[in-house]
Amino acid sequence: MRFAVIVFPGTWSDHDSQYSLQLAGQHADLVWHRETDLSGYDAIVLPGGFSYGDYLRCGAIARFSPVMPSVVAAAEAGKPVIGICNGFQVLCEAHLLPGALMRNDSLQYRCEWVNLRAENNTSAWTGLLEPGQVIRVPISHGEGRYFAEEATLDELESSGRVAFRYCTDAGEVTPAANPNGSERGIAGIVNERGNVLGMMPHPERACEPLLGGEDGLLIWKSVAEWTKVGV
Amino acid sequence: MAIEQSVLDTIALSRDEYQLIVEKLGREPNEVELGLFGALWSEHCGYKNSKPLLRLLPAEGAYVLTKRGAENAGAVDIGDGMCIVMKIESHNHPSAVEPYEGAATGVGGIVRDIFAMGARPIAILDSLRFGPLTEARNRYLLEGVVAGISGYGNCLGIPTVGGEVCFEDSYAANPLVNTMCIGFAPVDKLVTAAAEGPGNILLLAGADTGRDGIHGASGLASRTDPGERFEELRPAVQVGNPFLEKMLLEACLDLAHNHVDWITGIQDFGAAGLTSSAIESASRGGTGIAIDVAKVPRREEGMTPYEVMLSESQERMLIIVRKGHEDDVAALFERWEVPTAIIGHVTDDRLVHIFDGEEEVGTLPVELLVEAPEYTREGEPAQELYEMESLDLIGLPDVADAGAALLRLLAAPNITSKRWVHRQYDQSVLSNTVVEAGADAAVLRIKPVLSPAEGAPADARQRGIAVATDGNGRYCHVDPYRGASIAVAEAARNVVCAGAQPVAVTDCLNFGNPERPDVYYQMQAVVHGIAEACDALGTPVISGNVSLYNESDGVPVYPTPVIGMLGILGDVTEHCTMAPSPGDELFVLGSSIEQAVDSLSASEHLRLEHGKIGGRLEIDLQLEERVQRAALAAIRQGVATAAHDCSDGGLAVTLAEMCLAADAGLDAANAVVGNRLDAALFGEAQSRIVLAVKPEKRDDLVGVVTSMNVPLEYIGTVTAEGHFRLGPLDLPLADLRDAYENGLERALAG
Repeated sequence: MRFAVIVFPGTWSDHDSQYSLQLAGQHADLVWHRETDLSGYDAIVLPGGFSYGDYLRCGAIARFSPVMPSVVAAAEAGKPVIGICNGFQVLCEAHLLPGALMRNDSLQYRCEWVNLRAENNTSAWTGLLEPGQVIRVPISHGEGRYFAEEATLDELESSGRVAFRYCTDAGEVTPAANPNGSERGIAGIVNERGNVLGMMPHPERACEPLLGGEDGLLIWKSVAEWTKVGV
Repeated sequence: MAIEQSVLDTIALSRDEYQLIVEKLGREPNEVELGLFGALWSEHCGYKNSKPLLRLLPAEGAYVLTKRGAENAGAVDIGDGMCIVMKIESHNHPSAVEPYEGAATGVGGIVRDIFAMGARPIAILDSLRFGPLTEARNRYLLEGVVAGISGYGNCLGIPTVGGEVCFEDSYAANPLVNTMCIGFAPVDKLVTAAAEGPGNILLLAGADTGRDGIHGASGLASRTDPGERFEELRPAVQVGNPFLEKMLLEACLDLAHNHVDWITGIQDFGAAGLTSSAIESASRGGTGIAIDVAKVPRREEGMTPYEVMLSESQERMLIIVRKGHEDDVAALFERWEVPTAIIGHVTDDRLVHIFDGEEEVGTLPVELLVEAPEYTREGEPAQELYEMESLDLIGLPDVADAGAALLRLLAAPNITSKRWVHRQYDQSVLSNTVVEAGADAAVLRIKPVLSPAEGAPADARQRGIAVATDGNGRYCHVDPYRGASIAVAEAARNVVCAGAQPVAVTDCLNFGNPERPDVYYQMQAVVHGIAEACDALGTPVISGNVSLYNESDGVPVYPTPVIGMLGILGDVTEHCTMAPSPGDELFVLGSSIEQAVDSLSASEHLRLEHGKIGGRLEIDLQLEERVQRAALAAIRQGVATAAHDCSDGGLAVTLAEMCLAADAGLDAANAVVGNRLDAALFGEAQSRIVLAVKPEKRDDLVGVVTSMNVPLEYIGTVTAEGHFRLGPLDLPLADLRDAYENGLERALAG
């Protein structure tokens, strides 16, 4: 599979994403945000970072980058698209996913390993996960508190579009296990069609036992499997 | 014409220094020229009080690639054509005045030093010192500094993987904020900072120039200012733009790695801005330069040549471009969305020419500017040193409730977990962090190059590095000579406990006013102490920084050398942590469990329980070297399963930290503690490492260690039960955890 890893000015998980995709046996190119043709790629990664310094709202400027119409078109055409951390924020700003990411309730940046409970295994990116399975992945963000209106949250839940929730080792979703105050412990969501995933945690940093775990590979492997099988 | 004192005061030059300038120049300098002297002859840039001392430090070694002071940072060969570049620097004065921006721009400055050499910054460590958290201002400073480091470093996508946070009364008005950066580069991609080749072009890349930070080097960093002036000095602190720095970083690395034939050098703008950047590169290149300040893009109107030359606006780099490649380089920066401007060229006359459009507003010899006068002063030990040395430790009562004393130590801000700090730093970006902050040393792997074809690494073996910073102002206050040696020894020991061979040091030396005989004595003693320890341990000092005038109301900070230590792991999978497993046996290497009361000298326990600071420090550097060699051998041969340095808080704290890391108990009820329980549990005797081994490897450990003539004593066994038993101590592990993990947050709650 050929992955386009989009690089906005200020993106910094581009190399980690590329490296971990290569570890998973995939081809990944870094694609500068001024590129407008993504037709040669099977999947698109919007990685983490501080696009444009996050000086306005996180992701608010990046969504106007030249590459974004192609990202939106790919998402609408059903190609797998994942937004991680800042990438999730960009997807929300671009209205490919509902809701917004707000300042952590601690008002501090948080970087630590967290547990995530998989809620969905029908999307392009989560097929190899068992619902209820707990995976360990690092977070690293100052504005990762997922927020949406009650009606939107209810709809996300009822349509099975919550992908991950922050949880304890045992898989319980508790306030103490929620690192940023996200509504209903939500760490990641998918779009209606199931091809677009946005998540605050960094699976690309959890792809080697040496670095603390390889649960993140499940995301890369899931999409590879999904593509093989077809929609 | 007599120069007015107020003019000299503004740039912190003495009247004698002014006379020297007039004499050597054969005329009076004009305002612009005097500004250049003020900056380059400042303590911060010119090291006029410290240079003669710094020459005493060993700077050469088998792995060292750079010459003393020749580049922006030091470089060490780690094999296979790869090198590590590192440096530590202070941003104490700006952080005292404006903690967030002071600390943030400290990160920005040290990171630029690293990528100016063509190395990708891969890790940041911060060594921070504040006054006690019982004071609201100190809490404000800690919170601001940590937020500043977090805000800038996280935005750059460089992990902050370690460092220290310490608290002593002496840092209350003058916190110490030392930041170390580590970079990685193929050896053949290293870039120099020399302005070579007359006719080549000086290209300024990055931020527009404003009035921020004028006199930062001469004013803020090179003299003592009373606290009342802080509000007035706030404009002398620069404001950081980490986003621009990130773009500058990527552009400079693109240039250095892919188009090095277009340039002859890259130099960052640090203290004293364009002045030091341009003139130091001319000095390195043996050339001259011509700069037209009218061509420097401004963010403010009406700036004078003097202001442009001395502005410390952040996120600027000077690129020395080979003539004919100006457009190529400008286009490369344009791709990274970084503005550039051609501001001058290299000349062959060894003069600095400052133009403002057509008009030449200053002309000075490069050599004269970079050769600041050097001062060798007379040091004299303070009377206080003798008083502290004669502190009667034997007369102190032994600890009555050792369990309560241990819990107080584990909750003490100097010892307690710094998770509250570390979790505000991105520690895992770049996917190299094997051991995060909070351990003896952070461990990073050096990423292998993946084969261009899809798939696994071309070479399975991954090299690694272990890095730590260590300083102990209280030790150095009591005994600057041995205290400094101990700082080196402990930093090396930390790296050894991670399974790495210590190879090089970068040091940041923080002192008060060098014109005081007692402070100058401290500087002399500290430098000698570092030099001896570095010689004994084979770790040359490859880069560093000196910060003087750290004092307020006439009271200097504790003399505080901060040692940044680099260790190398041939195979990063062989790294060691402090967490043993249930069933492992624990041994102390280097000394017995029982300790003489002298081991309490300058200890945390002595200060906390008795309110005293003093005693006699000891370190045997030959024993230290053998202990480290033995521990490293035990780790590398797979004998030791865990290792932890025995330092602040003594053996009881070391063992508690190991048990907490493993979430395991300890059965060492039979440990022989001797007749001074406080010394055995909380004494801080040097050259000790606690090792864990499987019972079946016990004989192997004894073999390795005794062959190197290193003392070894059995302590006890790690258990799966939640109890911590050490001699007469018996505490639930949960109590230790509560004290250790919540100590800092409770202290911050005021």
